[in-house]
Amino acid sequence: MSEHDHDHSHDPITADGEPPAAARARALEELLVEKAVVQREDVRRNIDRLVSRSPADGARLVARAWVDTEFKERLLADARAAAQELDLDSGPSPVVVAVENTETVHHMVVCTLCSCYPRALLGPPPDWYKSLPYRSRAVSDPHGVLAEFGLELDEDVELRVLDSTADVRYIVLPRKPEGTEELSEQELAALVTRDSMIGVAQPVAPATA
Amino acid sequence: MTFRAGERVRVAARTHEGHHRTPGYVKGKSGRVERVHGRFRNPETRAYGADGLPERVLYQVCFAQQELWPEARRGAGDTTLVDIFEHWLEAE
Repeated sequence: MSEHDHDHSHDPITADGEPPAAARARALEELLVEKAVVQREDVRRNIDRLVSRSPADGARLVARAWVDTEFKERLLADARAAAQELDLDSGPSPVVVAVENTETVHHMVVCTLCSCYPRALLGPPPDWYKSLPYRSRAVSDPHGVLAEFGLELDEDVELRVLDSTADVRYIVLPRKPEGTEELSEQELAALVTRDSMIGVAQPVAPATA
Repeated sequence: MTFRAGERVRVAARTHEGHHRTPGYVKGKSGRVERVHGRFRNPETRAYGADGLPERVLYQVCFAQQELWPEARRGAGDTTLVDIFEHWLEAE
């Protein structure tokens, strides 16, 4: 470890117990700040912004689409513009695509190459979304993955798996559960889960008392 | 733009040293252009600090599940949609 002969000094890169990836990220940040590529304040502000987002933002889009057919058409045509109508910023991706689940088509989203995810609309991705088993099996055995999430599709439903390999981010517009005709837009939004907008679950109507 | 929605394409089977965004499981596979997403900077050069220009057209290509995973037990009507840059696609 002591062949460390570059021409500046610094604290040890790895702190006790720090995971290697965290140590690497920290070392990178130190270097970028030192070389004035980024300001520490910008890093902090961007992290704050990203973790402040949550699935509640995406759920607002879904609930509005459920109650307003014209909004739904605009959402499916251009999700970035539709999000702006609700004062939601859909993030840095120039193209955000919403895909609709219906009685005959079910969509689910994966990023097999890394962990691309519509963070601006859904917040940080769940750990399983970033895991190698999900990333590989979502394409090779999607029905098996859905079954593990408790979702069994009817035989006549086409399953469409979206692999977000590039600049485009995908969000699933899940099916509105039956028996929710009396619910307000706000109450509907509360039914929309993160997993339903990734396409590994379906929203369910609240149990009636 | 070389391809239009609905046209048949095949993904190049070549290997590529370094960063690229074409997953191995679609290389050499045949599909159909579903959407034309527009022009984006090329991640293969951007990843190394270059500007990624010229921009490349990005397509959403639809593959039959059975083309990708012939041994799959289920999924006769199922599809997988993958975003692929134009320079990885050839007409079929």
